[in-house]
Amino acid sequence: MLYKEPSSNKIIPKLEDISFYKYQLRLLLKENARIDPKSIEDYISQGGYSALAKALSKMSPEQVIKEIKKANLRGRGGGGFPTGIKWKTTKNATGDSKCVIVNCDEGDPGAFMDRSLIEGNPHKVLEGLIIGAYAIGADEGYVYVREEYPLAVENISIAITQAEECGLLGENILSSGFNFQVRVHRGAGAFVSGESSALMMALEGKVGEPRPKYVHNAVKGVWNKPSCLNNVETWANVPLIILKGARWFRSIGTKGSSGTKIFSLVGKINNTGLVEVPMGITLRDLIYKIGGGIRGEKQFKAVQIGGPSGGFIPEKYLGLQVDFDKLDKAGSMMGSGGMVVMDEDSCMVDAARYFVDFLLEESCGKCIPCREGLRVLSKILSDICEGRGKDGDIKIIEDIAETMRGASLCALGMTAVNPILTSLRYFRSEWEKHIRDKSCPSKACKDLINYYIDPKKCQACQLCLRECLVGAIQGSKDQVHWIEQEKCIKCGICQEICNFDAIRKISKEPIPKNPLKGMKPIWRMEN
Amino acid sequence: MVRTVVLNIDDKEVRAKEGISILDAARKSSADIPTLCHENGLDPYGACRICSVEIEKKGRTKIVAACCYPVEEGLKVRTKSPKIDKIRKTIIELAAITAGEGLSGEMRLLASKYSADLSRFRSRVPTESTKCILCGLCIRRCIEANWDSIIGFAGRGVNRRVVLFPDRSGICSICNYCYDVCPTGRISSIGPSPHFPNIDNVTAGRE
Ligand SMILES: Cc1cc2nc3c(=O)[nH]c(=O)nc-3n(C[C@H](O)[C@H](O)[C@H](O)COP(=O)(O)O)c2cc1C
Ligand code: FES
Repeated sequence: MLYKEPSSNKIIPKLEDISFYKYQLRLLLKENARIDPKSIEDYISQGGYSALAKALSKMSPEQVIKEIKKANLRGRGGGGFPTGIKWKTTKNATGDSKCVIVNCDEGDPGAFMDRSLIEGNPHKVLEGLIIGAYAIGADEGYVYVREEYPLAVENISIAITQAEECGLLGENILSSGFNFQVRVHRGAGAFVSGESSALMMALEGKVGEPRPKYVHNAVKGVWNKPSCLNNVETWANVPLIILKGARWFRSIGTKGSSGTKIFSLVGKINNTGLVEVPMGITLRDLIYKIGGGIRGEKQFKAVQIGGPSGGFIPEKYLGLQVDFDKLDKAGSMMGSGGMVVMDEDSCMVDAARYFVDFLLEESCGKCIPCREGLRVLSKILSDICEGRGKDGDIKIIEDIAETMRGASLCALGMTAVNPILTSLRYFRSEWEKHIRDKSCPSKACKDLINYYIDPKKCQACQLCLRECLVGAIQGSKDQVHWIEQEKCIKCGICQEICNFDAIRKISKEPIPKNPLKGMKPIWRMEN
Repeated sequence: MVRTVVLNIDDKEVRAKEGISILDAARKSSADIPTLCHENGLDPYGACRICSVEIEKKGRTKIVAACCYPVEEGLKVRTKSPKIDKIRKTIIELAAITAGEGLSGEMRLLASKYSADLSRFRSRVPTESTKCILCGLCIRRCIEANWDSIIGFAGRGVNRRVVLFPDRSGICSICNYCYDVCPTGRISSIGPSPHFPNIDNVTAGRE
């Protein structure tokens, strides 16, 4: 079987040359295809655990932290917090016992980068965790995995047992005098349980609700022990840095963001899936070279980055380099690495509404700005999308957004307004059209559009007439068809199946009159 | 020995014991920060966010909850500013969605102080007024007084509500504390002859 590139129709014999792979840098993902995740021998044969051996035999804990700091590794779980600094704070905090924790809650809908790492290469994450524990002086480790990932739980549990059997976990690891053990915790995963303080509450067996954490978890975390929580991908980077050095790691990426990042690339593009790219790659390269461009003949409209609370980035910023600070500046965020590409058919008001509704379901409800703010935003957004928008709505949205962003208890509420604010910032005229004219320029909001059959194109084939779910299409074999607007539920099936491209969506324009009784299709009249 | 730190609250130098909150330090220096979910003697909870203040640290400003944020050496705090006032006003207007417009207690005082328009958001989201803002004071006060609680939270998000566990009514020591701490007047006085506090089964939240 030979692969044919969709853009050029050329046959590409080698995997590395397919542009989906050619522009990636799969430092973390490449081993997934080569090893059996249930076999520690496989991992070791690829050089696994040599970073741990190096750290334990040749480096002091301080040197390990220094190396991570020098590498400028930043948290891959959302905030991009410098990992070395977090480790140092935990190391310096007072406490007889300290914890290191892997965050594999991954609550973003459609994201599966952490899952693929833990399922496909659990020893890599474990090795990073053990090195971190050694550096920090932790004696206890937890891997928090969401319940919906049974294979991840299975593979990491097997990996832990194997590592124990090989003396890589437990007492006196590799005869270094360092003791460390790891347990797996299954989280009954709401989205907010992935937030650090909520996750620690859940580890303690309490309800996974965020708590005020002005005293850092690094000082007082699980059971008040100094605790260091990092994302799966963050931990997986650690062995690479220890083996190849901070300088090598910094040579990849941009000044502020080193290394690679895994994204889950989905939406209206030709190639979807998990991609790992060097930081600093432009959005254009990611979407067009790796993603293969927009599906069909459509235009790119926006890309949403960072999970449900990431912001939308418009076409004019396609040249933006993917890195923590540049994405923040554009009103979006790296987040965990969800990336949804939207085309001209997507309505940016409706898209904002979709994410607000998701977050409304996921808010724990503890603090007023997030709970009540999302309640009002969701209602106003659905009003706007359904043609009940009012003057002054945008002002209300902005007031609430300011309060949520500034005063919410946790980052869920603080960042929940990113989709709305970026949609307003880059696509304001769409909002105004919805509110003022009750029209949807992308013709996506059902309540603001009508379907209409162009009598000049209709061939009276009766296909739509038969398929219409509610019998809203009138006409006959000799009579051009029309839609009875009161009956139409705007499901769009007629437009999809019409062979003559006769059915159009219109928004705001007056609906043209029904064809005259007895009007025949144009080709028959000509005959 | 507890260290003392020096911080700056509304341009006044304040000395405070390390570990106490901005709120406690500010009250000593007679700066007025409103609270709705805080009560002396109870652990800070950080749910109402009305105590939001602006802090400046290393040249960067940030909004934090004064009841939870511990004092730090050299911290600059602003307890009043147009930005803070606007956030507090918006929070009261948001709280009014469940609390309703006929308020009593602390909520009412704050609503007039910040000229909050209580129907601004309420009119957009038709919700039954429950008089409760889910501050959790009654629950936390009850746990503190009785080591256990006959009331607790149920539900998530907009379905969060305070519920009564009738099977635990034996715990009630008729201490009246839940009535005393309620900032909206939701829990009514139990009257001259002591009996069980007047909390409906579901007191707040659900639409
Ligand atoms: C609502 C919410 C959900 C989160 N979910 C996750 C998650 O699923 N996985 C994750 O690694 N971090 C998640 N985070 C970020 C964590 O709070 C924390 O910052 C991160 O795990 C720290 O690791 P890092 O420094 O390696 O990124 C979430 C944060 C918030 C506010
Ligand atoms: S009083 Fe500080 S959050 Fe409620």
